[in-house]
Amino acid sequence: MSPELAGVLQLAALIGALALVYRPLGDYMAAVYSSEKHLRPEKWIYRCIGANPSSQMRWPAYLRGVLAFSLVGVLFLYLLQRVQGSLPLSLGFTAISPDQAFNTAASFVANTNWQSYSGEQSMGHVVQTAGLAVQNFVSAAVGMAVAVALVRGFARSRTGELGNFWADLVRGVVRVLLPLSVIGALVLVACGAIQNFAGIHEVGQLTGGSRQMNGGAVASQEVIKELGTNGGGYFNANSAHPFENPSGFTNLFEIFLILVIPFALTRTFGRLVGNLRQGYAILAAMGVIWLGFTALMMWTEFHHGGAALQEAGGAMEGKEQRFGVGASAIFATSTTLTSTGAVDSFHSSFTGFGGGLALLGMMLGEIAPGGVGSGLYGMLIMAIIAVFIAGLMVGRTPEYLGKKIGSREIKLAACYILITPTLVLGFTAVSMVLATPPDSILNTAGDSVNGSGAHGFSEVLYAFTSGANNNGSAFAGLNANTQWYNTTIGLAMLLGRFLPMVFVLALAGSLAEQKPVPETAGTLRTEKPLFAGLLVGAILIITGLTYFPALALGPMAEGLS
Amino acid sequence: MTSMNSSVRGTARLIGAGLRALLALTVVCGVLYPLAVTGIAQAAFHDQANGSEVRSGGRVVGSEIIGQRFDLDAKDEDGNPLPDPRYFQPRPSAAGTNAVNTQYSIVVSGASNLAADSKVLKQTVIDRRKQVADFNQVSPSRVPVDALTASGSGLDPDISPAYAELQVNRVAKANALPREKVARLVADHTQGRQLGFIGEPRVNVLKLNIALTRLSRH
Repeated sequence: MSPELAGVLQLAALIGALALVYRPLGDYMAAVYSSEKHLRPEKWIYRCIGANPSSQMRWPAYLRGVLAFSLVGVLFLYLLQRVQGSLPLSLGFTAISPDQAFNTAASFVANTNWQSYSGEQSMGHVVQTAGLAVQNFVSAAVGMAVAVALVRGFARSRTGELGNFWADLVRGVVRVLLPLSVIGALVLVACGAIQNFAGIHEVGQLTGGSRQMNGGAVASQEVIKELGTNGGGYFNANSAHPFENPSGFTNLFEIFLILVIPFALTRTFGRLVGNLRQGYAILAAMGVIWLGFTALMMWTEFHHGGAALQEAGGAMEGKEQRFGVGASAIFATSTTLTSTGAVDSFHSSFTGFGGGLALLGMMLGEIAPGGVGSGLYGMLIMAIIAVFIAGLMVGRTPEYLGKKIGSREIKLAACYILITPTLVLGFTAVSMVLATPPDSILNTAGDSVNGSGAHGFSEVLYAFTSGANNNGSAFAGLNANTQWYNTTIGLAMLLGRFLPMVFVLALAGSLAEQKPVPETAGTLRTEKPLFAGLLVGAILIITGLTYFPALALGPMAEGLS
Repeated sequence: MTSMNSSVRGTARLIGAGLRALLALTVVCGVLYPLAVTGIAQAAFHDQANGSEVRSGGRVVGSEIIGQRFDLDAKDEDGNPLPDPRYFQPRPSAAGTNAVNTQYSIVVSGASNLAADSKVLKQTVIDRRKQVADFNQVSPSRVPVDALTASGSGLDPDISPAYAELQVNRVAKANALPREKVARLVADHTQGRQLGFIGEPRVNVLKLNIALTRLSRH
């Protein structure tokens, strides 16, 4: 069997597996977020918080909950890293420097998991399991909570009530993420991922002597890293490391984990708004973009353009033999079209076009299918924009899911889509203009030390695109562990995560207060393929117009040279 | 004034609730969950959970899934270790050395991150092709891509069957073994795609070399 055919079959198997769990998982999550009952462990947690999980919150209260919880998360994770030297089980690793600790704390709370540190050389057991892995759970649950709040905004009428943040947060963790993680972690261990609390220990080698290896609770962190679309690896090499991703099967399984919740949430959405076909239209838009990107990525990687790859006869630089080119391409598009950013192969060594696809995937705003929760609310914002564009074409007041899209709604949606481009392009421009930040670039023009070529510019653009969109993957050629990049990427991650949430929740509140508009013959049928097509078009045009100049300076210049 | 006080109090109350929520969820997700998974994993999948260590001749000789080096003690003029002709050689590695915590010399993972059009990478590939061809005394055009490129982890435990077959003559000669026996060994250690289509065909270098040392001892 040719590697190309094997790649296509793996893609088909992945789609089959996702289709199999789509309905049960989507319906289960809908039931979780609409249930009136509280489980016993949940009640224990609510008592601890001092919150009444049955009370309803309006959007400002819901937002305050999100922000307070996340602020505490940043501070706690920052402190944990700063006192690492005094913690038990820290393996002798010392405190993380202030700028790197800020960057890492912001990164994990913002569901980005950009890593300017090298896991196996910096983080002990306590910071990894009780700090980083905990944010992998809760930042994902926060994203899902905000998405569910927006969906309630569509589903509810004549009320400003969006549910209870604490209940949504705790349920996401206890009923969705935890059970799936336990199962997934055991699958990974069975295939070879490590799960222990050993220190750094000597392992004998065949030719004699021994080498020092890390132990760690890797499988339990690996599974939530993918499932919660986080992406922060236990080891420097992330999911390319055999202890995180030991075989071709686990590789496919991890891609499945990345995609399963973001796709299934469209079913949850359809359930909660009482029209499953609305969910299918959103799913179709997500699926078309994801599949298109994956096909293009596989094509370019098998084609292995670029002088060095042509010389080698294949695109295997930065890729593992057990995965091969095809599965690595599927992983790359899945991780950059969600907010994951885990890598099983190194994007910086992909073909110029492949690297550009990874970049463009993030620039779409990570909505196809996007991060857990953030993908759904991002796509619904784009749906509002698409409905608005369609409304302009026919000269009608746009409406979506029985709600009028008036000037307040469209202003909030417009603010949402302006935030990340502003952060990405602003920070990239400043970094290129200032004197010292370009020193961090690895791939300068013709690999000479002077000046920075197209690939060097791509490294910086990639870093801020990854940060502001909460992806976390890197064109790791950039040495981002400097005060400048730690600080600015940290800010980009926090602003790129929480400012959009402000507008999403404000929008949810304003939608929930409306009374429903009756459907008429003139209503745009948003459950039809025509609308899904319009939505895909709107996404590609808006992203294209926003980022074309920057893409022309980086990956396109590289691809054409 | 009163309204400001009450808003400060409200914020403090909210931050307190956030902190308690975080601590409770830290206990659940950061303590109970990893301990439970570790407990089950250690009981049910003891070998895998502890790094899939393999033994040979009564001692641990490495992790089955972590690539290792098979070098001579001698170094070339640049101070790089020379490959040992008696062993099958793994893929090139671009992983760096432990730089952050010098009290350890941990096995570090990582990739080159060099671009597809990088001149440095192109020259590296050219040099590797020459080195592998000379070392194995084969035509440069026969050297497969996995022998010319550094892996993602820098710890790739596998090579392609083509790279293993290319090394058979040299390994057989260096160990004074019949060529057919070594070729048979490679065939026996070649793993196809999982379920016929997942991943790529591969040969685990450590397991192959362990079998080789057994063969040459007899």
